[in-house]
Amino acid sequence: MTVFGWGVFKGMMVTLKNFLTSYYRKPDEGGIFTVQYPEEREKKIENFRNFPFLVYDETPGKIRCVACGICERECPTKCIHIEMELDATGKPARKPAVFDIDYGLCMNCGMCEEVCPFDSIFMDHVFEITAPERQTGLVRHKDALLKANEYFQKIRPTLASVIDQKRKAAEEKKKAAAAPQPVPPPSTGGPTQGAV
Amino acid sequence: MIPPMLRGIEFNVDMIFVTAKAWILSLLAQFLPAWLLVLASIVISGVVILCLGPVIMMYLTLLERKLLGRIQNRYGPNRVGKWGLLQPIADGIKMFTKEDIVPANADKIVHLLAPIVIVVPALMVFLVVPFGERMTAVNLNIGLLFFIAVSSITILPIFMGSWASRNKYSLLGGMRTAAQMISYEIPMTLAVVPAIMMSQSLSTNTIVLSQVGDYDLHWYIFTPWGIVGFIVFFLCATAECNRPPFDLPEAESELVAGFHTEYSGMKFALFYMAEYMNAFTLCAIAATLFLGGWQGPFLPSWLWFFGKTFLLICVMIWFRGTFPRFRVDHLMGFAWKFLLPLTLLNILLTALWQFTSNLAAWFWSILILGISLWTLVKLNRTFVPEKRHYPMGN
Repeated sequence: MTVFGWGVFKGMMVTLKNFLTSYYRKPDEGGIFTVQYPEEREKKIENFRNFPFLVYDETPGKIRCVACGICERECPTKCIHIEMELDATGKPARKPAVFDIDYGLCMNCGMCEEVCPFDSIFMDHVFEITAPERQTGLVRHKDALLKANEYFQKIRPTLASVIDQKRKAAEEKKKAAAAPQPVPPPSTGGPTQGAV
Repeated sequence: MIPPMLRGIEFNVDMIFVTAKAWILSLLAQFLPAWLLVLASIVISGVVILCLGPVIMMYLTLLERKLLGRIQNRYGPNRVGKWGLLQPIADGIKMFTKEDIVPANADKIVHLLAPIVIVVPALMVFLVVPFGERMTAVNLNIGLLFFIAVSSITILPIFMGSWASRNKYSLLGGMRTAAQMISYEIPMTLAVVPAIMMSQSLSTNTIVLSQVGDYDLHWYIFTPWGIVGFIVFFLCATAECNRPPFDLPEAESELVAGFHTEYSGMKFALFYMAEYMNAFTLCAIAATLFLGGWQGPFLPSWLWFFGKTFLLICVMIWFRGTFPRFRVDHLMGFAWKFLLPLTLLNILLTALWQFTSNLAAWFWSILILGISLWTLVKLNRTFVPEKRHYPMGN
């Protein structure tokens, strides 16, 4: 037999317990799970992704991007704009002269990262981005987008080391393939004068 | 040098407010005629109450948000000032600077008057609240009657506001308010009767004084009729100030916001203010009637009084954090079919108690209460009709 008002009493005990435990329990034990954002932060997840950035190897001059324009074409929001750099003779230099990303348009889908065959564009962890004006304020140019490989290693170590190994293996294979041949094919590497 | 008016008044922490008032009056006595001094005494009490009401309301909102937050496993407001202590002031500034929107077809005069009128009774009932020993603003000999009469005016401005808004949700909220508050007025008044019977007085001060006893345990809540009266009074008080689970007049999930749907800015804030001040005064009167008012050992009387009152307010907030809203028919049924018979029985029980105050009285009271509670619960059992069969239907 249930006593009249027992359910009311039990309900009140549940809320009382919640009230009391909110003072001493940890978030995963049923305490307060609010993160007081500017003062405390959640632990960053490695695969968290935000806006894209460009990776360079040792110096900002040695940029991995060859301005092929695949990401520009694949981008669903068309927020990437690339212009190929031309050398003195007017030939494409396989380097971007202009590389703009409008963070105001970007929807953080990560397709640019997926389609890039040169492992040069990746998603960043920076999400605190503000601008006083929305039309041009969120456009990032090449200088702002370029970040060192060490930075990439720091924020996403698993993926970065896999990519580094892949690149090193490819380089050694290329070297081994190039060694017996007297003249290296002009299609790889930087601009060569004698080609074509 | 001790001013002449302070002579005879013992200076201690308990009397600090009384002494302060006497000191101000003795200061004024030097350059004011005697008849103006009476007026000054009224003005001082009035100013204190007019400041106390809104300040209490502001910090009750903060307390409520903090406690509710903790109940729901989150921090309450904690950004403005230390522990969010300046949050009510920020809210006040926000309310003052908001646009005041009046519906095109509203009854503009009544729409304006309703929030003003609602604050007046909420402030007036502060007059008879005994905040501490010798700290009742007006020691009316019909204090409790005054309290019940004035606090029941609150129905009228709510209905004015809901009618003047010309909005169907508002009107529905107003209708519910009228039905609910008139219904709960009756068990509330009847729950008070035992306390009046035992103290033989309607003055709030005398009721507190009649609860003095050895070790201060003569509070009315420590008797069987007292605890029933207290529980009924407290439930009715929760319903009277439209707080959850009795918040049908402003049920946001059914009626948008009920009677204050069409109110914005400071007018809305006045409705809110009245609601919280009513909650405070009802808790204060509950503490006065059944919890021994300002009685208590060691600490100053006013501290005891505010402690008891805030304890009751915390229970109200606890209710809000726990219970879902009543259904309209359950609400009315609870008042008329459960609380009303219980209070009537409680009055009889008090009479019995008054004539046989010993162990036998305890026994008989508990027996009668138990039987009557059981009967009332059985009578109020929800009737679930059997599902009807249609033999020829197939």
